[in-house]
Amino acid sequence: MLINCPFCGPRDLREFSIRGADVALDRPEGTEWSEAWQDYLHLRENPAGVSQELWQHTGGCGAWLVVTRDTRTHEIISVRSAREAAT
Amino acid sequence: MRYSALEILKQGLTGNKGWRPAWRSPEPKSAYDIIIIGGGGHGLATAYYLAAKHGLTNIAVLEKGYLGGGNIGRNTTIVRANYGLPGNSEFYSHSLKLWEGLEDELNYNVMHSQRGIINLFHSDGQRDAYARRGNAIINQGDDAILLDTDQLRDMLPYLDYDQTRFPIYGGLYHPRGGTARHDAVAWGYARGADKRGVDLIQNCEVTGIDVENGKVTGVQTTRGAIKARKVGVVVAGRSSQVAAMAGMRLPIESHVLQAFVTEGLKPCIDTVITYGMGHFYISQSDKGGLVFGGDLDFYPSYAQRGNLPMAEHVIEAGMTLMPMIGKARLLRSWGGIMDMSADGSPIIDRTHIEGLYLNCGWCYGGFKAVPGSGDVFAHLLATDTYHENATRYRLDRFSTGHGLMDEEATGSQHNLH
Repeated sequence: MLINCPFCGPRDLREFSIRGADVALDRPEGTEWSEAWQDYLHLRENPAGVSQELWQHTGGCGAWLVVTRDTRTHEIISVRSAREAAT
Repeated sequence: MRYSALEILKQGLTGNKGWRPAWRSPEPKSAYDIIIIGGGGHGLATAYYLAAKHGLTNIAVLEKGYLGGGNIGRNTTIVRANYGLPGNSEFYSHSLKLWEGLEDELNYNVMHSQRGIINLFHSDGQRDAYARRGNAIINQGDDAILLDTDQLRDMLPYLDYDQTRFPIYGGLYHPRGGTARHDAVAWGYARGADKRGVDLIQNCEVTGIDVENGKVTGVQTTRGAIKARKVGVVVAGRSSQVAAMAGMRLPIESHVLQAFVTEGLKPCIDTVITYGMGHFYISQSDKGGLVFGGDLDFYPSYAQRGNLPMAEHVIEAGMTLMPMIGKARLLRSWGGIMDMSADGSPIIDRTHIEGLYLNCGWCYGGFKAVPGSGDVFAHLLATDTYHENATRYRLDRFSTGHGLMDEEATGSQHNLH
C-alpha cells in the first residue's frame, strides 16, 4: 500500500502505523462508564468495503491522518490530515 | 461406510469403484430446529456434537461457499493448550483432550500429530513469564517443561543460539501440542454430522436473519427462506457482517494474517517452534513444506492477502532464528481473515435476541479450538446453559469489564492483540 501523506507525498506502508477506525477521533467526555465509551473502545462497524481509519505517519512527519480505504482491496481512496477531518 | 485398513485393501482389490461421497448434497428444507450459519471447522463441529452428544439431528449447516473453504483451510494447523488465564486455560485444555480422541470418534484420519511445541525465550524476564505460564499449564492438568539451552541444543541443533539480536535463553516445551491436517478436520466433522442426519447445504449464503418480537424465526438465504427455532452464527472472519443482519455491532475488527510454505523438503523440523521475540513460528508439514507465519498486518482487511512489509518481517525473523531456511525456496503465501476481538479472546454466548447465538472472535487461534468450540457451542445451543469449560466467553464482558481475558496483558483495546 502507498499512502499519500498530505504533507510528504506518497510513501510506503512501512512508514505508517494504524490506530484503527476513525471512531478514535470521538473520545467521549468525562470518565464515567457509558454506552458512548463502549462504542468508542469496543464496538466497531468493521465494514467489508469503504472504511475510515486513523493512521499516523510515524516514520515520517508524525502527522495523524484520516485514511479512507477499501478493506476488500486495500485501495486507498483519500487521505486527509486528522486536524482537517475533525473540523 | 466405515473407513479402515481392511476397507482400503478391499477397495484396492476391486478397482476402487466402491468409494462413495463422504456426505450428501441435500436441498434445504423449509424449516429446521437449529440452523448453523457457517460450514467451516467450528460450524461443522457444532453440528456434529449437536447430533452426536445431544441427539439433535433436525439441523442444517448453511455455507455460502464450499465446506471448509474459509479459515479452516487457510491456517497453519497448530494444536496446543498452553494458555495462562482462567477461562482460556480450561477451554483449550478441554479442546486438546477432544483432539486426542478425535480420530477414533470420527473414524477419520485428521493426521493429529503430537510432535510438541517449543516457545523460545530470549531474556530473563521472558523466562520468568514462561515459567509462570508453564505453571499455569501444569495447574490446569496439561504438560509443560522449562528447557535450558543445553537441553534445547540437543533437540534443535540448527537454531542460531548466540545471535546478537535475540540470543536464545531457553524454551517452554509443551509435548502434547502439535499439528493436524486442517482440511481433514472439517471433512471428518462434516461426514460425521451428515451420517447422523444433519443437512450440510453448500452455496447457500445467508442474506438476512428474521426476528419477530425479539425472537429469531429463521433466515433468508440465496436459496430461499428457511425457518428455525434457533440460529447459531459461526462465521469468524465475517462475524460483523452477519451480526449486522440482526442489528448488532460486535467488539471485533477483521484483520489479515499471512502464512507461508516452502517447497517440500526432507524431514528436518520435528516439532513446532515459536520465536518469542521475532513474531515467527514454524513447523514442517507431512508433505515436507516448512509452514511458517508471524504477526498480523495490523490494518483491517477482508482481502485474504497481505502486503510485503509483513512478509519481509516474517522471513527476516525466520532467517535470524534458523539461517538454514534461507536455502529453501518459498512456494506460496496466503492470508486468512481473523476475527480480532478487543481483548484477544473469543465470544461464545447468547445474544439479546432470543434463539440467536454467537460464536466468534477467535483471533488467530481458532484452529486448535475447533473441537472444543463445537462441543461447548453445541452444549449452549442444546441446553441453553454454558458448558463448564466455557463459562467466561461472554459477550457482555466488554461492556461490564468483568471477566475480560487479555492473555497478552496489553489492554482491552483493538489493534493490540
